[in-house]
Amino acid sequence: MRRRKKRYLCGFLATLLCLTVLGGCHGSMGRNEFAVPESFDETMQHEITFWAKNDTNKTQTEIYEKAIKGFEALYPNVKVNLRLYTDYGRIYNDVITNISTGTTPNVCITYPDHIATYLTGDNCVVPLDSLMEDDRFGLAGSEVRFDSPAKEEMIPQFLTECAFDNNYYAVPFMRSTEACYINKTYVEKLGYEVPEELTWDFIWEVSEAATAKDAEGNYLVNGQKVLIPFIYKSTDNMMIQLLAQSDGGYSDENGKVLIFNETTKDILFDVAEHAKTGAFSTFKIVGYPANFLNAGQCIFAIDSTAGATWMGSDAPLCDISEDKLVRFETEVRMLPQLDPDNPQMISQGPSVCIFNKENPQEVLASWLFVQYLLTNEVQIAYARTEGYVPVTSKAQTAETYVDYLSRSGEDNALYYDIKIQASKLLLENVEHTFVTPVFNGSTSLRNAAGQMIEEVTKAIRRKKEVNEAFIEDLFADMTSLYRLDQRSDAGTGKEELGALPSTAVALLVTLAVAWAGMGLYVGLSYLKKKKRKSKDSH
Amino acid sequence: MRKILVLAACTLLAVACIGCGKKEKEENNVTPEPTATAAVENNNDANNGDKADVDAESEGVMTYAEYMAAAMDSEVVIETYVQAKQSWWEDKATVYTQDKDGAYFLYNMACSAEDYEKLVPGTKIKVTGYKGEWSGEIEVMDATFEFVEGGDTYIAPVKDVTALLGTDELIKHQNEFVAFKGMTVEAAGQDAEGNNVAFLYNWDGSGQDGNDLYFNVSLNGATYSFTVESYLCDNTTDVYAAVKNLKVGDTVDMEGFLYWYEGVNPHITSVTVK
Repeated sequence: MRRRKKRYLCGFLATLLCLTVLGGCHGSMGRNEFAVPESFDETMQHEITFWAKNDTNKTQTEIYEKAIKGFEALYPNVKVNLRLYTDYGRIYNDVITNISTGTTPNVCITYPDHIATYLTGDNCVVPLDSLMEDDRFGLAGSEVRFDSPAKEEMIPQFLTECAFDNNYYAVPFMRSTEACYINKTYVEKLGYEVPEELTWDFIWEVSEAATAKDAEGNYLVNGQKVLIPFIYKSTDNMMIQLLAQSDGGYSDENGKVLIFNETTKDILFDVAEHAKTGAFSTFKIVGYPANFLNAGQCIFAIDSTAGATWMGSDAPLCDISEDKLVRFETEVRMLPQLDPDNPQMISQGPSVCIFNKENPQEVLASWLFVQYLLTNEVQIAYARTEGYVPVTSKAQTAETYVDYLSRSGEDNALYYDIKIQASKLLLENVEHTFVTPVFNGSTSLRNAAGQMIEEVTKAIRRKKEVNEAFIEDLFADMTSLYRLDQRSDAGTGKEELGALPSTAVALLVTLAVAWAGMGLYVGLSYLKKKKRKSKDSH
Repeated sequence: MRKILVLAACTLLAVACIGCGKKEKEENNVTPEPTATAAVENNNDANNGDKADVDAESEGVMTYAEYMAAAMDSEVVIETYVQAKQSWWEDKATVYTQDKDGAYFLYNMACSAEDYEKLVPGTKIKVTGYKGEWSGEIEVMDATFEFVEGGDTYIAPVKDVTALLGTDELIKHQNEFVAFKGMTVEAAGQDAEGNNVAFLYNWDGSGQDGNDLYFNVSLNGATYSFTVESYLCDNTTDVYAAVKNLKVGDTVDMEGFLYWYEGVNPHITSVTVK
């Protein structure tokens, strides 16, 4: 099977859009604050739109469709229209474009970073606290027509990731982390053993050892002309996790950018060193890590646990042709650590937010649908499609799910062992996960974090020197490109709007001149009258 | 005096309002449409190509042979002619170009929205970038470009590569505007009822209208997967509609660009059912 995934075009445009569109349109998109209605009016028909993300995975699409059918059967007055995306960046961009025109979806798969930007619009995103707590329609509420989880049954860590600015603005839908998928066969061929806990030192050492070639230019370990021992899919995560593990600065809770520091420089110099020998590269530069891994052209592939079904000789999903597939033994490990006794790994995965609408009944219908996505039926079905984990303890402890986990390796489809190992990796390490602070601009900072690794890797490949001056220039370029010096320290609050546009200044000056003129006229008239009066009285 | 003041106030307010109106227009202008324009201006009129001057290259510019011989990640400078635009995003354009010797895929080339509009098929541009390879696709990355002032125009004639399918020769025509003739539409998958379907949204049917279309065509017993790339040809184009109307067993002629992703993956721009 081949997926033909395309390189998605996500990035910072949305940030620029939000600075211009959102910043200039507060009035046009402002809505009243949402209040939970007394009842759900079932005589009223609602059509709600759900923008969903799938991993270019048909089963996931089918689960969404099935969930919609199930929900509509319970609430016949609600019709849910599904719009599918395969990329968070696209959703983000489309939402921002639609905020300015008041045409946002009702329900949307999202990342908390993105919501912080959406919040620039007045009452644009519905705070979910009152909805969650509502006795009738809240989580496990008395008038909810399905078995929804109670708030206490949400995995606290995952739920907390959706809280900022003193409110819950989303609920988690699925969670994943990153894993290192390893060609164990090649590691052992190089004279090493895969340790239980990977370290960065180990990965760099083995990767460097793997670059040895024979006289004909073939790599000794695989006998091929192509080998990139270590490929990282999401370089933003690479930088973020390395900074977290080394306690280097990234940003603070108030949105202060701390990333341009000495630790970051050291990380970039490390990247440069290993890019120079050909031991390291990235998805954006060469292609999907899974394709290289499965062709025997990569030894350490770091990608999301939600990409586990593409990894390994027996992977149920594969993009490369049969003749390119190489047989090898695959191991899954937590991503490499600087301090294995204190592991740190990123928590990621889709969350769901609700956009505010004029009609509170429509918002309530949206909330009921969101709750339906948290039912065991949807949670367990979706989690089994990839190395995801359900976000409720209710689903995680359900017999069906426990049984699923216990059957790892029974086949190379539903019970594909690499996928189930990836899920277990997160289930067993939830306490070691972290997320980065959310604020308006945190998406840009994330993009900059990854791009620095990309730029250094490309520069080395292009025979440029990566030295102190190069890094300083890179810091300046990233600051400028992502406008990291143009944000306030206001946390998730409104973006500082900066200086007024020249036309606005002109308008205000004009108005002031007009009022001054009118005032002058009134004053002069008054004085004239007074003078005349005084003249008359004399 | 009263009249003069009222007139002055009104004039000032009018000026202010005009100022606001202009600003609004400017703001609208900086809100680019994020989705690809995707309009492929078909190269059916291939014979219009002005071949007389397409040999002319400026000093310091590589020939196609020199470009192909250049090392990966090295800087390349080429002069080439726009054949189709795939997408524009964040001031970056992805474009198919070609000269009489071969074709170039320009990925995420720095390009303003205004310049993107000017990149009409046939336009000669000088491109400076780095040679890269992404999943088998040879491309120019991180490029900048300039219009060649007074440059000639060139629309590449379509090359029939049907006979090259399955051979090592095919990759030599990577990114060129090519034709496949007399191929048979095969089942791309099954619908919910288990019936064979001629195309899928996305590679596995996980998408919906507006996503890439995948369909299978065969020749001499071998089956190939072809794509209507939705950034290049969106769901308003003729080719998108044509593929949605295909039936298993149809015999088709196709044109498109010879893209590569882990093997040949043509991006089809026209389909004719025979």
